[in-house]
Amino acid sequence: MSDPVVGVTDRRASRRSGRSRAAWVPLAYLAPAALLYGAFLLFPLGRAAQFSFFEWDGLGQSTFVGFGNYIALVQDEQLREAFLHAFVLIFFYAVLPLAIGLLLAALLTRAQVRGLGFFRTIIFLPQVIAMVVVAVTWRQIYAPDGPLNGFLRAIGLGDLARPWLGDYTFTLPAVGLIGSWVSLGLVTVLLMAGMSRIPPELYESARIDGAGPFQEFFAITLPSVRGEITVALTLTIVAALKTFDLIYVTTSGGPGTSTTVPSYEVYRRAFQLGEVGAATAVGVALTIVVFAINFVVNRIGDKK
Amino acid sequence: MERTANYVILIVFALVILGPVGVILSLALGPESASVAREGRLFHWENFAEAWEVGRFGQYMATSVVVAVVVVIVAVTASILAGYALGTMRFRFADVIFYVFLLGIMVPTEAIIVPLYFDLRTIGLTNTVWGVAFPQIAMSIAFGTYWMRTYFRTTNRAMIEAAQLDGASSFRILWQILVPIGRPAILTLVLLVFMWTWNEFLVPLVMSPNGSVRTAPLGLAFFQGQYTQGTALLAAGAVMVALPVVALYIFLQRYFIKGMLQGAVRE
Repeated sequence: MSDPVVGVTDRRASRRSGRSRAAWVPLAYLAPAALLYGAFLLFPLGRAAQFSFFEWDGLGQSTFVGFGNYIALVQDEQLREAFLHAFVLIFFYAVLPLAIGLLLAALLTRAQVRGLGFFRTIIFLPQVIAMVVVAVTWRQIYAPDGPLNGFLRAIGLGDLARPWLGDYTFTLPAVGLIGSWVSLGLVTVLLMAGMSRIPPELYESARIDGAGPFQEFFAITLPSVRGEITVALTLTIVAALKTFDLIYVTTSGGPGTSTTVPSYEVYRRAFQLGEVGAATAVGVALTIVVFAINFVVNRIGDKK
Repeated sequence: MERTANYVILIVFALVILGPVGVILSLALGPESASVAREGRLFHWENFAEAWEVGRFGQYMATSVVVAVVVVIVAVTASILAGYALGTMRFRFADVIFYVFLLGIMVPTEAIIVPLYFDLRTIGLTNTVWGVAFPQIAMSIAFGTYWMRTYFRTTNRAMIEAAQLDGASSFRILWQILVPIGRPAILTLVLLVFMWTWNEFLVPLVMSPNGSVRTAPLGLAFFQGQYTQGTALLAAGAVMVALPVVALYIFLQRYFIKGMLQGAVRE
């Protein structure tokens, strides 16, 4: 292909013998990764864009429909609902853990307590447990005669007990709280890492100026961990948008369609309803939303 | 006063995190039925053996091990090679190639899974280990290349140049110098790729519709659908599915947390 772009010109001349060889060396190292990545990620991404312009049941003839699948996506109430649910999940996966995590990290970073390392190990645990296991576990907790309702009855709040995963109003928040449980550790550990880098002198001088703990938090702590907040939000928002296994195992989108999400609609439409084109259009739309949110969050985070 | 409050907060949140873990463990070790409960034993370890047999978890775990080994070996090797080129060599379009790999970190599996299924079915790769492994290899390479490039950029340039003067080939420099000193970075990548592959759900669900390459998380999901009353066996299965990654996490938690935070870009 092309010559290697060597920074120093005279070095290039002194390596005359190696020159023809050097051109393909980096490409040879790149080849295995590029081939696998190209064939099984980039190519299917292109194919997804292509599929999304056709109406196809996965078996017979496909019909070109242009932007028809995308127009249907916007008009389909059930799909609009699915995207709405995903945004509700963003609150539970990202916003709620960030609020709790900020408080927790602010307290723990400056606290003189023992066992912080142990705590960090514990709180990160949900991140490594398979989502299916998490989902199976919480299904037991939320069961009509499960521990949660048992606890509510025991403390005299039996009226609140309900089938948490079978209730049109409460199922989505109940599933969302599982996401909060998973995200909290990642967010807290990230924020703690950021806060421990703040020089203590900053706080000392703030105290001399008569700042209270709240002023300290908003004037010093919060601005200092802007970068960590950006990373935490990016990760948790994307995780919320990509929720699939949790929904598949806990509710399958039900009751009714009260907990269906875009990624579940991709699966259901492509492999259960035989609406392959419509399903890929949802997948492409989801990708665009993920990219857009990444872009916006990082844009805001970069502003100093 | 402040100290006490801090301990209270620590303990409350530790309980919030550990509560569900405790629930699943106590269910897994609890009696399977009322008649078994009458025997009065505290721990029912036999649930694990029974789930291993009845729930076929032995079989599913074996499949998961095979898939994970294939993905880790192929993805990590390819990432090391590509990261080496992008991190230490200068060539045309290097930046463009890097950004193309970086893009893959953000692409959700949901976007590519549908065409992947139909195209791999056409060439006969669905219901094979490779059909389940290849998409995960590609996703891990996107992150792995980024990760290894970062590591290779921080290595000592003078050392590489000295080795070059001694006549070492670029291949020897990589395997005899850079890989040995890069063990922490590579080990972290191995751990992350193993965890992501072991825990993956959508790819094995779609890529093996007949269930011949059913991994452990899928086995658990289907077991839940079949045995609605057998809570103890289901819980025992859940513990077994989670155990390999949780055990690794506890042994290597310092690497794991560091790796998760630095590699935080992937999810």
